[in-house]
Amino acid sequence: MPDLSTNTGGIHSPNPFWLASAPPANSGLQIQRAFEAGWGGAVWKTLGTPIQNVSSRFGGHTIGGVRGAGFNNIELITDRSIETNLREITETKKLFPKNPIIVSLMVETEAEWKDLIKRSIDAGGDGLELNFGCPHGMCERGMGSAVGQEPKINERITGWAVQYSTVPVLVKLTPNVSDIIPHGMAAKRGGAHGVSLINTIKSIIGVDIDRFVPNPRVGLASTNGGYCGSAVKPIALHMVAALARHKEFGLPISGIGGVCNWRDAVEFMLLGSSTVQVCTEVMLRGYRIVEDMIDGLQEYMRSHGFDRVDQMVGKAVPAFSEWGELDLNYETVAKIDADKCIGCQLCVAACHDGAHQCIHPQQDSRVPRVDESECVGCNLCQIVCPVPECISLVPVNNGFKPATWNEHVHQGKPLRPKKGAH
Amino acid sequence: MTAPLPAQRSETAFADFKLPLMRDAAVAEANRCLFCSDAPCVNACPTHIDIPQFIRKIATDNVRSSAKTIFESNILGMSCARVCPVEVLCVGACVYNDLEQPPIAIGKLQRYATDMAFEKNWRFFEAGKPTGKKVALIGAGPASLAAAHELRRLGHACTIFEKRATIGGLNTFGVAPYKMKADRSLTEAEWVLAIGGIEVKTGVTVGEQVTLQQLEQQFDAVFVGAGLGADSALGIPGENLPGVYGAVAWIEHMKLTKADMSAVKSAVIVGGGNTAIDASRETRGLGVRSVTMLYRGTREGMSGYQHEWSAALEEGVGTAWQSLPIAFEGTGRVQRVKCVKLDASKRPIAGTEFTIEADLVLLAIGQAKLGDMLGSLAGVSVHKGIVKVDAHGFTGRAKWYAGGDCTNGGKEVVNAAAEGKAAARAIDAAIMKGAARA
Ligand SMILES: Cc1cc2nc3c(=O)[nH]c(=O)nc-3n(C[C@H](O)[C@H](O)[C@H](O)COP(=O)(O)OP(=O)(O)OC[C@H]3O[C@@H](n4cnc5c(N)ncnc54)[C@H](O)[C@@H]3O)c2cc1C
Ligand SMILES: Cc1cc2nc3c(=O)[nH]c(=O)nc-3n(C[C@H](O)[C@H](O)[C@H](O)COP(=O)(O)O)c2cc1C
Ligand code: SF4
Repeated sequence: MPDLSTNTGGIHSPNPFWLASAPPANSGLQIQRAFEAGWGGAVWKTLGTPIQNVSSRFGGHTIGGVRGAGFNNIELITDRSIETNLREITETKKLFPKNPIIVSLMVETEAEWKDLIKRSIDAGGDGLELNFGCPHGMCERGMGSAVGQEPKINERITGWAVQYSTVPVLVKLTPNVSDIIPHGMAAKRGGAHGVSLINTIKSIIGVDIDRFVPNPRVGLASTNGGYCGSAVKPIALHMVAALARHKEFGLPISGIGGVCNWRDAVEFMLLGSSTVQVCTEVMLRGYRIVEDMIDGLQEYMRSHGFDRVDQMVGKAVPAFSEWGELDLNYETVAKIDADKCIGCQLCVAACHDGAHQCIHPQQDSRVPRVDESECVGCNLCQIVCPVPECISLVPVNNGFKPATWNEHVHQGKPLRPKKGAH
Repeated sequence: MTAPLPAQRSETAFADFKLPLMRDAAVAEANRCLFCSDAPCVNACPTHIDIPQFIRKIATDNVRSSAKTIFESNILGMSCARVCPVEVLCVGACVYNDLEQPPIAIGKLQRYATDMAFEKNWRFFEAGKPTGKKVALIGAGPASLAAAHELRRLGHACTIFEKRATIGGLNTFGVAPYKMKADRSLTEAEWVLAIGGIEVKTGVTVGEQVTLQQLEQQFDAVFVGAGLGADSALGIPGENLPGVYGAVAWIEHMKLTKADMSAVKSAVIVGGGNTAIDASRETRGLGVRSVTMLYRGTREGMSGYQHEWSAALEEGVGTAWQSLPIAFEGTGRVQRVKCVKLDASKRPIAGTEFTIEADLVLLAIGQAKLGDMLGSLAGVSVHKGIVKVDAHGFTGRAKWYAGGDCTNGGKEVVNAAAEGKAAARAIDAAIMKGAARA
């Protein structure tokens, strides 16, 4: 059996699956049930001066009939007293000494940070997560994403935390920035042991078109909330990978955002996350989703010959490069397997209206024909084709040696003639 | 070990009634599953397979683990996916029924995962550390196979005694070929036995070649999974004519060899249970033009499943309700069935006699109960041929356990699998009492 244990910035966990700081990690009894179900660690629902929440708080985005494919919330940090939370942390640690509890924190002044850090560690926290990410409610009070969007403040508060902490400190980053790098670097300069990302994305989940109020509705008004769930995975993957490949960064990453199953987790890990955190999918389906995550990851590792998680973390990072480093002479064309084709001609419509007009219907057959001399190898036909392995993109030997844009510009390497550009 | 099957078998003429799912269809169906909490489908499964969990793993392409989830609960999950009456078990319990929407195709999804496990030769279980204990099992049907597999996981040596030449029990020689053919059942039995350490002695009838007393002396425990006995008879004139057979015996003949159907133009199947419906669909499927199911009760009163009955009707099976055969007639072989109509309390109505032509008559009115074979063992109680056991398969006499059709009176493969496994755990607890496990 492959070994699933992980180390994220000095926080050791029996497996890479953590509950994100959110409703599923709101209380001791919940987290104890989660550990029993198999979760490796948990980031406690953010502690701070307890707040008052609104109702309703959540909005679901249905995509193509799938409920909750995207999700948003206007909930704030914990509404329970700090004392209650700390007592439950101690109780939970006693029952589950091997499962790390990371205490998420959000307060304002240096004195408050110092005090809460000490109490969190005394309660048994194995690590801290500084919540610099919440995009609503808290930022108006000068916390949350207001900190995460300002590298100088981020660096300063991280510095305090690292100074007062005896356990590893992770900084949770907000995605509500145009470039994640300065914010990751600020955490690094502050001395963080790792980062967690992403928190939720500023959003309006939808509009009640009969009442003329955005959702989720609080009486007859609403506000912007944080977007999360399956739909945000591509954004989260990019931000994780951008930091993972950045030469000067080099901190461990706990990946968050749309992780729903073992495959999502593997993707985050291949792009540099040593642990992943989950909120929305647990909210929608419960703690038992971790069973598929654990044995799916084990199967994946077994079938790829990985004995330990660190052998796969970051494995796809070297292949994530700049556009200017891609080989412009690599050429593919679409081929349709006539035996598999069911004649739906979705590829014809897609290619004609959405690509390069090179898949054509035929007189004598429902199987369309690809004009390879015009096909630019864009992939659209394969994406719409409902039949497995019916359309493949086959590499063409065009006689040209590999050449990137950068090599072309700087070294004059020859490029193949453009296709379909007339 | 088990005898090879002849290539020429009547059952090979049948195609699958329920078609397998291809990957995309399986994933799409799996994604419809709501992943219910305390799911009713799980509670409806006698082996309590974690259905939402195995379905979720199909949705995430984690098929190997999906299959493992199934086999962890039910080692006969591959055949159960095909032969279980899911309409009255898991699928019947799916919450989508309450929405009046198609329920999740749990059987087909289970088939998708378990077939892939067989195709890729995935194996999940290893024998436990040897305990030095030995258990005898009577019969090589689903109950004993499930029991033996569990006993092996717990480290006990197993010997199965099977009176027939072929293993698998009714799963091999009983279930309808449009659900599963005999070779598939044998493949499964061998896959189960591949855990190692299970000796199978075929052609040995307990009570004849070996006695109950010998088993009791030589083994630490005995599991009885002997199933049911021969088809019951009506006791009316002409019952011995060629062409009049017990339905279960005929089905075994049809499944394991080539039945000569050339002279059969019309068949009468007597009974109103699932064996009668199976036999009707099977004779129709083998090309018999006129097939009549003759039942002494009403349509509403028959014990056969509604979904099976609808399929039989669609396939052109005819019926005679509230009718009873009073004699089989013919020269040299059966040609006619003489019948009489019955009233609501199943009493013959004078003057209502009628005759149906039939070159083949199959009696599906029940099977003998084999429990009496244990009658000589003090402490084992047998009621109307059914062996009495507690919830863990214990008979009341030290060392003796039982499960499957011989204790439940004839249910499904999945019940036999559940009962065999439960008995194996009880046997383990009893024979390991006070003993340290290596
Ligand atoms: C026609 C028919 C169709 C069926 N179709 C289905 C279906 O579609 N789905 C479903 O789930 N269930 C079906 N069943 C029921 C199912 O087959 C049984 O419930 C199940 O096989 C019972 O398993 P078992 O191990 O208890 O007994 P069996 O399968 O009957 O196995 C008992 C074994 O013990 C052997 N044996 C008996 N006496 C002795 C002895 N003295 N010494 C040695 N060996 C002995 C027998 O030869 C046999 O191999 C069907 C049954 C019949 C009759
Ligand atoms: C209802 C809700 C409440 C949340 N509360 C917090 C919080 O208190 N602290 C925090 O750091 N993140 C919070 N988050 C963000 C999540 O921890 C997580 O970063 C985000 O939801 C993305 O992950 P997901 O796609 O798995 O949901 C919350 C998210 C949701 C949906
Ligand atoms: S009852 Fe139906 S929807 Fe619910 S878990 Fe079972 S199969 Fe899925």
